[in-house]
Amino acid sequence: MYVYDQYDQQLLNERVAQFKGQMERYLDGKISEEEFLPLRLQNGIYVQRYAPMLRVAVPYGALNSAQVRKLAYVARTYDKGYAHFSTRQNVQFNWPELSQCPQILADLAEVEMHAVQTSGNCIRNTTTDEYAGVIAEEVVDPRPYCEIIRQWSTFHPEFAFLPRKFKIAVNSVPGEDRASIAMHDIGINIVKNDAGEVGYRVLVGGGLGRTPILGEEICAFLPEEDLLTYLDATIRVYNQFGRRDNKYKARIKILVKALGIDRMRELVEEEFNRIKEGEGKLTQAELERVKQYFTDPAYKALENEPAALVEARSDNKAFARWLERNVRAHKKSGYAVVTLTLKQIGTPPGDVTAEQLDAVADLADEYSFGELRSTHQQNLVLADVEQAELFALWQKLKALGMATPTLGLLTDMICCPGGDFCALANAKSIPVAEDIQARFEDLDYLWDLGDIDLNISGCMNACGHHHIGNIGVLGVDKKGEEFYQVSLGGNSGGNKADDASLGKILGPSFARDAMPDVIAKILDFYVTSRHEGETFLEAYRRIGHTPFKEAVYGKAD
Amino acid sequence: MAKLINTTGLIQDTELTQVTLSEWQENSASLKGQSLELVLTSDQTADLFGEDADNFARISIEFPKFTDGRGYSAARLLRERYGYKGELRAIGDVLIDQLFFMKRCGFDTYALREDQVLEDAIAAFSTFTAPYQNDANDQRPLFRRRLN
Repeated sequence: MYVYDQYDQQLLNERVAQFKGQMERYLDGKISEEEFLPLRLQNGIYVQRYAPMLRVAVPYGALNSAQVRKLAYVARTYDKGYAHFSTRQNVQFNWPELSQCPQILADLAEVEMHAVQTSGNCIRNTTTDEYAGVIAEEVVDPRPYCEIIRQWSTFHPEFAFLPRKFKIAVNSVPGEDRASIAMHDIGINIVKNDAGEVGYRVLVGGGLGRTPILGEEICAFLPEEDLLTYLDATIRVYNQFGRRDNKYKARIKILVKALGIDRMRELVEEEFNRIKEGEGKLTQAELERVKQYFTDPAYKALENEPAALVEARSDNKAFARWLERNVRAHKKSGYAVVTLTLKQIGTPPGDVTAEQLDAVADLADEYSFGELRSTHQQNLVLADVEQAELFALWQKLKALGMATPTLGLLTDMICCPGGDFCALANAKSIPVAEDIQARFEDLDYLWDLGDIDLNISGCMNACGHHHIGNIGVLGVDKKGEEFYQVSLGGNSGGNKADDASLGKILGPSFARDAMPDVIAKILDFYVTSRHEGETFLEAYRRIGHTPFKEAVYGKAD
Repeated sequence: MAKLINTTGLIQDTELTQVTLSEWQENSASLKGQSLELVLTSDQTADLFGEDADNFARISIEFPKFTDGRGYSAARLLRERYGYKGELRAIGDVLIDQLFFMKRCGFDTYALREDQVLEDAIAAFSTFTAPYQNDANDQRPLFRRRLN
């Protein structure tokens, strides 16, 4: 994991001091509400329905145990004892006092954490594969590139007031899209060319929100050292020519559509060609410097499938299930990648208590070299667990309520905070998630259904990624009442390259109490119509939209 | 009245002949050789006149609202792409908390909005000691400046 040097720490300390001063001037009445807004947003502070919300950055999902303990401390000291993991791998606190935020940021800075650019019309937290560095399939570990992007984007002098927010994601697994890069303003696929050189296939103009669009290829192969200058050139074009008259048309996807991808490419390349050989060009020395923080930990020489594991698996069906669903192969023999699900019934997806955070930090120290990852599916990962320790770990996770063997299944939902917390939301989302979890808690049934992404957003801003759920649920407001629109066929990218798709709306929306029945009808139709081994998405794509629609609404005359 | 400053304090204004971009484009032959200030609106990008930049003793770029960030790119392009060496002035909604960015993008004078506190503004120019990126004043990003 990256470790700050004196430069990184000094910048962060100066940021803490800057925001402390800004808050004081705001509280003294020297900065107006309107002028304070982007300052607090770029320090992670929203003003929500009931209280401010602080969004803490977890750059590309990487956490160490000291940071997790600090999050627990913040939850306990300044909040109501819990925290929420978001779909951008970040952490949100829903109940801090506005005036205490500078102190929280000072506390976080002690463990190299911050809330820099987690909101506002600037470059946001870069996301990547939560299994980065531990799976054999990747071209290279994407995390050093994410860290380089993080540093380049932090307090970028030119791009702090873009037309709209700007999100970058990085994938490094060939043939898969493990970071939903097609849904980002810029999606970076790390690839190797025929000569074996590392570079990037770059997509631009993807995004969810009101106008969901998949990114288009702007560069088929960008050499490794051209990363930052190409980003500078692209965002410089966007900063100048992106629309600023209407915030719903201000994302780069609208500019790309308006210009066409070819004209966009021309503009970017014109600027890129000017700066590409300049001092801004990334150096191999810098790549090496950052990569040294992401070398393998001190793995032991171990065999796969140790006797202790084999025995426990055959003795214990629940453990075997958890292994099958929540544990994944590691690049190193004798190790495994474990996902801790934050999707217990009765708890909003992604929520954890301070006690759970402390306990997870201890588990990271005991079983996984003191490190953790947060995922865009709102779960946590222990990436380097010895296979012989899996049974002991499972028992401890079960006691914490984090061993539900449902990773990737229906109840492993993505869900935004919704109308319970968020001032933007049209409708609540957490109660819908809870109703669905309660209705479909039978594990055998969930297992039989197999892989399904169910994503819920409380409004068109799509924080719950409803467009790319196999089943998507969107909260809408109809004359002051909450209704829910269902879409089918979305796909985040997942296991195949260029396979991302946007869901299609099924029909008129439903009242909240009807939602479990609606989901049940969709699932029943899938179960009775599927071919052997066919996932929900595969069946939907084969059968088509209309039969699913008729299964829910009945046949049209 | 805005407070005219550089990074160290209040400064005196110099009188120049002000022209808009369209005035320049229509009358450049007769205007050439005069002491000119080009006054730019935020939607006028540097590529529209960059090659002519040397004709102006001063280019003033307007920030109609502090949240309109186009002026940052205009300034950098004038400095870095077109090699403009004259005075670059930020005008309009110029607030304390954007001064550090403006300085890095190549502005050297600032028409600070009237209600802004001078001491806080001067202090804001030294918010960060060693930023990560290259900018109009130093072409080296931190990774070329780092002493490890």
